[in-house]
This record gives sequence, C-alpha cells and structure tokens, in this order.
Amino acid sequence: MLRPLLSLLLGSTLLLGVATPLAMTAVAERVMPGRAEGSLVRQDGRVIGSALIGQDFPGDEWFHSRPSATSARPYDASSSAASQQGPTSAALLAAVRERTAGGHHVPADAATASGSGLDPHISPENARLQVVRVAAARRLPAPQIAALVDRFVEGRELGLLGEPRVNVLRLNLALRDLR
Amino acid sequence: MTLNGWAQIALVLGIAVLAAVPVGRWLAAIAQGRLGFLARFDRGVLRAAGIDGAGQGWQRYLLAMLAFNAAGLVLLYLILRLQGVLPLNPQGFDGVPPFLAFNTAVSFVTNTNWQAYSGEVAMSHFSQMAGLAVQNFLSAATGIALAFAVMRAFAQGSLRELGNFWADATRVTLYVLLPGAVLAGFAFIAMGVPQTLDAGVTAATLGGGEQTIPLGPVGLQLAIKHLGTNGGGFFGVNSLHPFEGPSALATALQIILQILIPFGLCLTFGRVVGDRRQGQALLAVMVGFVLVATLGIYAAEAGGNPLHLAAGVAPELGNMEGKDVRFGQALAALFTATTTGASCGAVNAMLDSFTPLGGMIPLFLIQLGEVVPGGVGSGLYGMLVFALLSVFVAGLMVGRTPEYLGKKVQAREIKLAMLAVLVLPAVILGFAAVALNIGTGISSLAAAGPHGLTEMLYAYTSAAGNNGSAFGGLTADTPWLNVTLGIAMMLGRFAYVIPVLAIAGSIAAKPRTPEGPGTLPTHGPLFAGLLAGVILILGGLQYLPALALGPIAEHFSMLAGTTF
Repeated sequence: MLRPLLSLLLGSTLLLGVATPLAMTAVAERVMPGRAEGSLVRQDGRVIGSALIGQDFPGDEWFHSRPSATSARPYDASSSAASQQGPTSAALLAAVRERTAGGHHVPADAATASGSGLDPHISPENARLQVVRVAAARRLPAPQIAALVDRFVEGRELGLLGEPRVNVLRLNLALRDLR
Repeated sequence: MTLNGWAQIALVLGIAVLAAVPVGRWLAAIAQGRLGFLARFDRGVLRAAGIDGAGQGWQRYLLAMLAFNAAGLVLLYLILRLQGVLPLNPQGFDGVPPFLAFNTAVSFVTNTNWQAYSGEVAMSHFSQMAGLAVQNFLSAATGIALAFAVMRAFAQGSLRELGNFWADATRVTLYVLLPGAVLAGFAFIAMGVPQTLDAGVTAATLGGGEQTIPLGPVGLQLAIKHLGTNGGGFFGVNSLHPFEGPSALATALQIILQILIPFGLCLTFGRVVGDRRQGQALLAVMVGFVLVATLGIYAAEAGGNPLHLAAGVAPELGNMEGKDVRFGQALAALFTATTTGASCGAVNAMLDSFTPLGGMIPLFLIQLGEVVPGGVGSGLYGMLVFALLSVFVAGLMVGRTPEYLGKKVQAREIKLAMLAVLVLPAVILGFAAVALNIGTGISSLAAAGPHGLTEMLYAYTSAAGNNGSAFGGLTADTPWLNVTLGIAMMLGRFAYVIPVLAIAGSIAAKPRTPEGPGTLPTHGPLFAGLLAGVILILGGLQYLPALALGPIAEHFSMLAGTTF
C-alpha cells in the first residue's frame, strides 16, 4: 500500500501542484500577457491600477465608487473584505442612513458596501446621480458629463448575463481627459 | 425578480444539465475501466505507480482511502507550517500558525475548504499551488472514487470487491479533473483571472493614493476549486474578488463547473447499474431542489431589505450589501443555491449580509446532507443513502421487504444508513449548542441577536457538511473554532463514509433478484417525489427548532423594524 500511496501523493504534488501551474503560467503569459498579469492599466509606463479592481476616488470632481469595507482604508486591494454585517445590524442601518442622507430612491449600490470591497463598477443610476456634482466641481456643462456617462454604460454580457454597469476607473480616466 | 433574471438562471442551469450528459458517460467509462485509446497509457501509469489494480473489499477500499487522506493531511500541514522556508514565497510570508494550519489542512483534505485564513495575506504561491490546489484535486478524486465503489455494489449480484481505490483515484485525477481544470483554467484566464508568479504590483491611483494589488497563479486553482466542488478561494473574498470572478460570464462558468460532476455522476450511476432511468430520477430530484432554492433566494434578495428601503434605498437592485454590481441578483442566487447544494462553498455574494430568509436557504441546503446535488462523489453516495431509506419507508407502507435495483434492503443496511444520516445533525447541533454556551464561542460572533446564532450554526453546518462557505462575520481563526471545526469536518467526511462503504459492502454481496409485480419502480415521478420527501423530512426536520431561533426569528424582527 505504501508505494501506490506515495506515488499518487507525491506524483500529484509534482504534476498538479508544480508542473501544470508553471506550464500554464508560461503559456498564459505568452498568449495573453495582459490578462494573465492582472489587466493592469498603465500610463506613461506607470501602473495606475487594474481595470478589474475598483479604486477610491475622494473629492467631488470624481465619480465615486461604491462604499468599501476593506479594513485600513477603502479599496485596500492587499486585503479584500466585506462588511459582513447582517440584515438586522443596527450599525449597517446607521451606515445606510448616512449614505442616503435623507434622500429618496438612492440606488442600492450607492448605499451599501460591496462584497469584495473592490467592486470596480457602479450602477448606471448611481453614475447619473453623480453627474450634477461632478459637473459643478469641474465647471463643465452637466449634459457633457451625462453624455460621457452614457458612453461608459456597459450592457449585460452577451446581451443576457449580469447587470448593466459603469467601470468607475475607466469613466474617471475619460473624465480627466475631458476638455 | 425580472424575466431577464429568470432567463439567466434557465440558460446557465440548462447548459449544466446538458453538459452533464457527456461528463456522465465519460465517468461511467472510467468507472467500468473502458478507457479506449488511453488503455495503454493507463497500464503504464499504474505500473509505474506500483498499482496492481486488484479488486478490494469494502474494508480494504476504505483503509486505502483513509491512509491516503491521512498522508495528504500530514503533507499539507507540513507545507503550510514550513512555507516560510519553501520556494515560491515572493510575499515573504511566515509559516501558518499551528491551529490554523491544522484547520486548513483538514479543510482541504475533506473537500470542505473552509477559510479561516485570507489567501492574499497568509498563503505563499507554493502553499496555494502545491499544497491547497493539490488537495483540491485529490479530495475530489477521493469522493468520486468512493462513488464508483458504491455504484459497483448495485451493478452486479454477489460481488465481493468494490474496485481498486488507487486505480480509481489515479484515473479520475488524470482523465477527468486534470484536463477539465486546465481547459477551464485557460477560459478563466481569458476572462481576466491572473496566472502569474508575481507577488503583485503597486499602483499610483488616479485619486492620488497608492494601491497594492496582489497577483498569483489563480487561473488553474480557480478552475479545480469549482470542478472539484472544493470552494477554497485564492483570495479572502473568494469568487467575489474581481480577479476570481471578473465577470458575469466567469461566474456563470463557475456555476456550471460546480454542478457538472455531481449532476454527471447521477447519469454515470444509471449507466453503471444498467438502467439509465435510475440516474435520471436522481438527477431530476437534484435539479428540482436547486430550482426551488434558487427561486427562494432570488425572491428574498431581489426584494431588498425593508429596513434599508425605509431609509431611502431604491428597491430596483435588491439587497446589494455584500454583493458586487457585475453579477446581478439572479446569478448570485443561482450561484448560492448551487454552491451550498453542491458542497462547493465558494461564494459570489456574502451570505452573512443576505436577508434572513435568503441566508436560511443556503444553510438549509447544506443541512439536508449535501445531496442536492452534493459534492463530487459524496453527493451521489449521500443520495443513494436517502434512496435506500426511501424504499424502506415505501416498504413499511405496504408491508414488503424493500429492494433497490434488485438488491434486498434489510435491517443492517437501514441501521447503517440511519447512522450515516444522523452524523450530520449530531455534529452540527451538538457543537453549535456548546459553542453558543461558552465565552470563547460567543466572543467570535460578529452579530448580536438571532443573527449571531445563525452565524455559529452556519459555521458548524458548513464544516460538518464539508461545504466551506461561511457567514463571514464570525471570527473563525481562534484555537477553539479551528480545532472544533476541524473535528466537525473530519466527522462529516469520514464518520459518514465508513457506514456508507459498509452498506456498499453488504449490498454488493447480495444476489440481484429480478423485479416482481410488487417491486416499487425507482425511476418514475412517484419515487422521485418520495425521495424528495424523505430528504426533506429525514434530512431537514431536526434543524427546524434551531432555524426558528436564528433566521426565522430574525426575519420577523426585521419586519417589526428591530435592529441589534
């Protein structure tokens, strides 16, 4: 029994745990380097983020990402986390009230924290709600900003899966370049 | 709930059922040793590994399985403890502390994949690749091998041997799990899942800050995590992490993968016992449970949290706390129903923040015994235990000796089956009751009120059911929880398997008698309905008092506007 046991356990560790992932890494980095290395967004040779990972955009001149529950600061990608607060949590209800600020019909994604703490998207309604604030802070006409948001609304994948959404990093990159 | 949401659910579930047909056929070929063009290669591999392929009775099959899992446990524990001095540790992580390493090693060997750690802050690339991911493959292969052994018991009359564990585990790994995981792994990488040995990058963000983005060889591990119903995430937030669930398409593929083999094994069973309708009946029951559970979760979550709606939140998106925008409520509901029904335990939405009833359904799906559809292999043999109990119940009603597939079901089998079915409630309710009555247990709770009870109940349910999902607010990395949850995982896996293999041994030895006029057909809607009822009553009823104190009490508190 010892020989089959050791062959299967150690053989698997070498084949499945070392050879296969290393070979896949080599192939993936050659065939689709951008994606294999984290869909990084570069500008002037510097990494400014990943298209898949949300960022914190403080200040009125940016579109804001969703609330994030990562511990040290919002959108701390080195340690993904959710609030893990339950539906009857008083602390969660207080946080939701603070985010809705007495408003009505606030999009749910703007009032609640994401599950990853790194959600790269907001809902189109959430983005549209921020147009007036961003336009005022940038002293640009609101219709121009609204048109920009519309351009960045992504539909459901394959026309069916998931939900319509706006990638906040992409939107803010275009916003920065707006004249 | 929207029509589009239902279309998403129907499409993804439909593809999974269709894809299960060829997978079931291929698994049947492997179970029966019909390897076709691989036969020569297979002989070479087995010879090189010192596997003679000789048939084993149930005790020897069990012993081989236990020895293999014990050795895997020791190896994984050592890798985790020693990761500080092992290669491929670009992050410079220290060894995993002893209690956490024990818990994690048990967790991955038993196909539970409970995460008391957070991957990106605790595990080196080597630990992930050569430690955790290897057990993802091997624990899945173990489950499927056990299912093969149990199937063979029903396939022939007067059988002494159930097959060879080493040959079964090797073949399942090499001819099913490895090619499946490599294919799916590349698909995930194409969707944006990283596969690199870099530790990560630091970005200078647009908003003027810095962001450290961890990377790693995620693609392959993600694929086997779902294909093998393991569920342990590369990252702390599992499939919610944008690198582990980059898109709705990726989450859909994960849903399909995590039910593919459990569904397929039903059809394998039908082929191995020589009557495909038998497998289709089991599959129909599984799909039925998944559909009803998905409906319940979708309705609860899409309806939103009434406390939040009253605070000014718009109802359209539903309850978005703990969820990411890209997946939507429909795929979150289907993912949740399948990951808990299938003993996978990966999550694409944080269950702790679900509405009370939305969170109760995944909890209850695990409590039913992880059979709808259950983990790879374990789901099928668990389902067969319930099938035996169903024919027994039917036999009691008409006063005949029950039989299943021509094998008489007698006192010994029923006693063993009840023993197996009682393992889960004893472990879950026993441990949860103790933990909720001692300070060390209560100090781990994040939530007050009935939600806190649910957090603890969920932890032991997930561990004993070998699921691995969590109400993540619970602080699980404490000596008490690491040790007791580790014990619960071992009991849920091994204390369950021993009576199951004993049943297989005893069933195998019986002659196969031809069907008589009084035989209950076990392939029609009547039997499927009976089976569903037995699963609900025998599997689920004993949890109702605990559920009433947890999620049900919380639901009514929420409706009354009470917070904690």
